[in-house]
Amino acid sequence: MTVQIHDGDRWHTVCALTDLQPGRGVAVLLPEAEQVALFRDSSGELYAVDNLDPFSGAPVLSRGLLGSRGDRPTLISPMYKQAFDLTDGHCLDEDTAPDGAPAVLRRWPVRVLDAEAAA
Amino acid sequence: MTGSTGMTADDRTVRDLVLVGHGMVGQRFLEAWSEQPAARHWRVTVLAEEPRPAYDRVHLSSLFSGSTPEDLALCPSGFLAEHGIDLRLGDPVSAIDRAARLVRTESGAEVRYDVLVLATGSVPFVPPVPGTDAPGCHVYRTIEDVDAIRAGAATADTGVVVGGGLLGLEAAGALRAGGLATHVVEFAPRLMAVQVDDGGGAALRRKIEELGVTVHTSAGASGVLTGPDGRVRGLALSDGRELPADLVVFSAGVRARDQLARDCGLPVGQRGGVVVDAHCRTEDPAVLAIGECAQAVDGRVYGLVAPGYQMAETAARTIAEQQGQGFTGADTSTKLKLLGVDVASFGDPHGTAEGALDVLYSDSRSGVYRKLVIGADGALLGGVLVGDTEGYGALRPLAVAGKPLTVAPEQLVLPAGFAGSAGPVALPDDAVLCSCHNVTQGAVRAAVREQGAESVAAVKKCTRAGTGCGSCLKQLGSVVKEELEAAGVSTVQGLCEHFAHSRAELYEIVRVTGLTTFSELLAKHGTGGEGCEICKPTVASILASLGNGHILDGEQAALQDSNDHFLANLQRNGSYSVVPRVPGGEITPEGLITIGEIARDHGLYTKITGGQRIDMFGATVDQLPVIWRKLVDAGFESGHAYGKSLRTVKSCVGQTWCRYGVQDSTTLAIELELRYRGLRSPHKLKAAVSGCARECAEAQSKDFGIIATSAGWNLYVGGNGGMTPRHADLLAADLDRDTLVRTIDRYLMFYIRTADRLERTSVWLERLEGGLDHLRAVVLDDSLGIAAELDELMSRHISGYRDEWAETLADPDRMRRFASFVNAPGTPDPAVTFVPERGQIRPARPGEAGHTLNAPVLVAGARLEVLTP
Repeated sequence: MTVQIHDGDRWHTVCALTDLQPGRGVAVLLPEAEQVALFRDSSGELYAVDNLDPFSGAPVLSRGLLGSRGDRPTLISPMYKQAFDLTDGHCLDEDTAPDGAPAVLRRWPVRVLDAEAAA
Repeated sequence: MTGSTGMTADDRTVRDLVLVGHGMVGQRFLEAWSEQPAARHWRVTVLAEEPRPAYDRVHLSSLFSGSTPEDLALCPSGFLAEHGIDLRLGDPVSAIDRAARLVRTESGAEVRYDVLVLATGSVPFVPPVPGTDAPGCHVYRTIEDVDAIRAGAATADTGVVVGGGLLGLEAAGALRAGGLATHVVEFAPRLMAVQVDDGGGAALRRKIEELGVTVHTSAGASGVLTGPDGRVRGLALSDGRELPADLVVFSAGVRARDQLARDCGLPVGQRGGVVVDAHCRTEDPAVLAIGECAQAVDGRVYGLVAPGYQMAETAARTIAEQQGQGFTGADTSTKLKLLGVDVASFGDPHGTAEGALDVLYSDSRSGVYRKLVIGADGALLGGVLVGDTEGYGALRPLAVAGKPLTVAPEQLVLPAGFAGSAGPVALPDDAVLCSCHNVTQGAVRAAVREQGAESVAAVKKCTRAGTGCGSCLKQLGSVVKEELEAAGVSTVQGLCEHFAHSRAELYEIVRVTGLTTFSELLAKHGTGGEGCEICKPTVASILASLGNGHILDGEQAALQDSNDHFLANLQRNGSYSVVPRVPGGEITPEGLITIGEIARDHGLYTKITGGQRIDMFGATVDQLPVIWRKLVDAGFESGHAYGKSLRTVKSCVGQTWCRYGVQDSTTLAIELELRYRGLRSPHKLKAAVSGCARECAEAQSKDFGIIATSAGWNLYVGGNGGMTPRHADLLAADLDRDTLVRTIDRYLMFYIRTADRLERTSVWLERLEGGLDHLRAVVLDDSLGIAAELDELMSRHISGYRDEWAETLADPDRMRRFASFVNAPGTPDPAVTFVPERGQIRPARPGEAGHTLNAPVLVAGARLEVLTP
């Protein structure tokens, strides 16, 4: 069971599903030095969003905590603790980052590939 | 929409609004204007003199401490485009033709207007003495001024600031920080003459002189002295003295910039400022003036930003023909930190009202000065606070509203130990909480009650309160909490949306049920879901306090806050710092060399911390295990600098070396630090042991502090440095060693068991019903019958302690998380970059990383020597 992320051109195999601890994330380095934060929540759902935190400008979101607000799955930045809605990437606490840009994370398509099916 | 016909109708009625000046007030006007429904029928042109859009002039001095001009920008990107505003920078208006209703700019452009708004601000006042145009003379008003001062300071040894007001002291602070011998010359007999009284001025002066700035009051500048090369070499004073100086900054006040108005025949005040009415209209109804260039209807020219903001909003309403409060005068209260000294003044600080009386407290030893001005009817009229401005948030609105105090005024000025419980100061609903945005307490309450705002963040969004200078945030928090409690909102009592229990209740649940996982706890006692950033780390801490194995084991690993998760401290660019434990601050030369070698080999930045340890900064995630391995091999262990846990037990050298010491404070500090290492608690814990009453270890500012006496040890608890300092209270005196340790054991465990999440011991102690007496009864006399339980919990912690670094290194499963990228474990993070400063590394700032071609840029992972420029 491997996890794949689509970068717009093609799927990249990034890790084994067992590499993902429920509730926590890992950082993924894609070609063009793009960084993706990949998570698995306690129900097994996978999420992939930008690793760059728009509030601190540091690539740290993979180190954040997963949570939920109401029905929405959230990611909390480890830097200044803003919460992002994992379903659409929007920051739930502030609309814009300090540089004035909208505080929205890009969401990356992610899937689990059955090793046997791939073979 | 009816399409093109509607457009044509709009086009015919489009009118022209011209704003002259794009400073803080000008930008606020644009924001207020764009919110007016009428604004869409207007075309807006802004003519500005400075080369950049509006920025935060109030925080200009932050440019000296690393901020960039971009950090100060006030105009959100996209704002101008969104509202179709035509901003023309670097082209000041040179004349106004009122008859033709047009303005001419320096570049020769002509712009027609239906309504003209002047927001030209003010110019620095430079005293009319010889030599002020010599190279080396500066004013302090714009980003360009700061650049010039900084460039000048680089080659100067001595700087003189003319003017001891707010801006002057800011400028002096900047020169001082730049390493210049700094003088301040003030014409009035005291510093900040407008805001503070003689006593406050004296306290301020003492504090500032302690910082190495020389203050000359009752002295003016009579001339700038220049050398043969024409450059500044000194300043002649009105009292005949001469000060040597390589650099002079004039910051002796400002004058309204009203020349455009004068030239076109608009009336100006006697001391300058375009005369406007309560609606900010000049004599010509088509021309308005706002901010520092205007003389308000009360005859004053305000040199503060908050009144300017109010005028900006008034003017926007006037042009939109909206009803609303006019501008009839403003609160000139101020609270700031000048050269690290807290200063505040509010209401009528000088007691000018008839029959006004003072209540004052002054302690020149600690540099605290507090004065309240009380009216004949008992109402609070104003006050001055220097050295400690804690009460400002509550007192200012009360003074501005002129309401009587509900507690005896002396309780508000005396130090906490003597004041008794002053209780909350009740504010009337019409009291202005946030003076930057003129938001009343009533409006904040209404936002919570009627608009459903359930947090300070939501109230900020809804009312703008607290989004200006931020000095009202604390007060805002308590009003929001009060209102939520009054409305019976249950979330306030519970930890978060996932648990209706408080932290103390959860602790008891975990302790009694023996549950060991978050998911079980959430399923049985919570509301389900994923949990969140509040309950996860809280439960993680409770589980760790109750001894549930390594914090990175199994599900527990997923609960830890970022720092705990990586057993290191996350720094601003995503790198980490590592702090080995140095118990009591005692370290061998061998140990120092080891730390030095590790830091050198990994290119880390090193700094001695406030807690007698050595912090190594700049490690990437994948470097952490390598660094720990070397430290652990050399006998070091984790200092828990990352966790809500015991940090340090500071010590002095005690009787072993010190000729005054009466007990061996170092040995005790080491013993206590090792006893409580790794103890997870609601907030971080700090402690200290002093060998005599001289208190070199500063034990009375700690969560627990011990001071040696000739008869034993005095134990102090509940002290705190940080944002709201609190002196510790004496819990017990002259204890022998065993009683001392047992008492601390119980105190800590009682705190861990009953405190709220992130509640410091200082706050916990003040909240504790029965206070210090109750605590004393519990830990010394076992009044609750739980002492044996507390003792047992502590001994379980001590025997269960394992070094988290060493345990992590020993487990390949735990080690796997220390890779920068799951799909490229050996690749260091390319986004984490450093640049050299003072011979060491620091995080690269935006714009520096990879963009600076000439300066060396270090990428983490590369073991490069740090180059000094």
